[in-house]
Amino acid sequence: MKNKASVVVIGGGVVGCSIAYNLAKKGITDVVLIEKSFLSSGATGRCGAGVRQQWGTKQNCLLARESIRIFENFKDILEINRDIELKQKGYLLLAYSENELKQFKKNIEIQHSLSIPSRLVTPQEAKEIVPGLNIDKLVGGAFCSTDGHANPFQVNIGYAEAAERLGVEINKFTEVKGIRVKNNSIIGVETNKGFIETSKVVDAAGGWSQQIAKWVGVELPIYSERHEILVTEPVKPMLDPMLMSFSFNIYCQQTPEGSFIMGYGPENEPPSYNMNSSWRFLETMAQKATFLLPSLKDIRIIRQWAGLYNMSPDKQPIVSKLNEVEGFYVACGFSGHGFMLAPAIGILMADIITESQLTYDVVLDIERFKRGEVIAEPSVV
Amino acid sequence: MSEEKIIICRCEDITLEEVREAIKNGFTTIEEIKRILRTGMGPCQGKSCGLLIAREISQITGTPIEEIELQNIRPPYGGILFKEILNNVGDKIEK
Repeated sequence: MKNKASVVVIGGGVVGCSIAYNLAKKGITDVVLIEKSFLSSGATGRCGAGVRQQWGTKQNCLLARESIRIFENFKDILEINRDIELKQKGYLLLAYSENELKQFKKNIEIQHSLSIPSRLVTPQEAKEIVPGLNIDKLVGGAFCSTDGHANPFQVNIGYAEAAERLGVEINKFTEVKGIRVKNNSIIGVETNKGFIETSKVVDAAGGWSQQIAKWVGVELPIYSERHEILVTEPVKPMLDPMLMSFSFNIYCQQTPEGSFIMGYGPENEPPSYNMNSSWRFLETMAQKATFLLPSLKDIRIIRQWAGLYNMSPDKQPIVSKLNEVEGFYVACGFSGHGFMLAPAIGILMADIITESQLTYDVVLDIERFKRGEVIAEPSVV
Repeated sequence: MSEEKIIICRCEDITLEEVREAIKNGFTTIEEIKRILRTGMGPCQGKSCGLLIAREISQITGTPIEEIELQNIRPPYGGILFKEILNNVGDKIEK
């Protein structure tokens, strides 16, 4: 392992690897990435694999749109030979009240200002998009045909491979033990394999970001909470888009290899690092999923697991330098949508670190909470 | 028989050649190979391929086989139909 680097990135998930790659692409090739386990071992490898542009804040829409453009041209942009299993069969969002539909209309206006091809649909049109859908009590929906699915592992490994090719050193199974600060500036990172001298550290540790920041004496306004998910045996294709309902608080999609992946946002889940599965989840998930798609009843669930959402106060990421400690940067608080935003976030963080003009017109710095410039994302499961 | 004809993971049709290739490319734990190749993600949940992959990792990396961690066992233990769960708890949605 190198003992000196321009930048040390902590976290080998898709966000950390995208940042490392984009730094190298901008000419800072002397980057070391530290991952305590294997790549994708945290939230990246546990997520629902959806990529959507139908958000309720302009900046989430913009970052998602730009990320999808990168997913669409992933091999060419990264110059790698890796299939990320991109499937653009849309996201169908279901509304069960007039209020929900009103929110969709508002969101679509924002999306259209960014040329995202979303539209409102009637229950009948929803049924045409998903013939197996139970439209009982459905008021309407929103659909965007270019949303969809990508394989998080392949995207993560793709970024890692491209970063390594440009000179980044990736250290798996290496744990950060501390961060050394002198006169409020970073001077290095302690790991279980030795010390790395550096003046810049990026905290991209997902569910553990707030713990990393404590080493430099900073309390980040984020916390982690468990979200559960399950997968079924693979069956013949029967569901094109990702299905989502905010009132049922669920998402469900069929992946290109045939299995269904689904999860729901828990209620009253306490902040924790708990990644255990619960029987309660299976019961509630089964009730909700089979209400929406009755034909699921005869399909087998084969595996369930859990991962951590890293929640920020406005459910939008924090991509920022920290004023308290010179050279400490954070990319955290993704609130459950880090995977789908990672391509754009990597570019943004590389801009911030190199003090370049920001590629995207967004405000994701941590000071926004103090300034009170907070518009919360309304469309999160 | 040649490596590309020997199936290691019967659920996902993954061959010995693919497994050896992944190990040589630096994916030297069962959890990593699972994520990159889908071994152990099918209905058997790695009960048939897990030990075979552990042996391959051991042979290629020189790590003693008893030091190679097997994959996480995740619930449910066997496949279970959605309707079997509903038979137990009913289909009324509790919010």
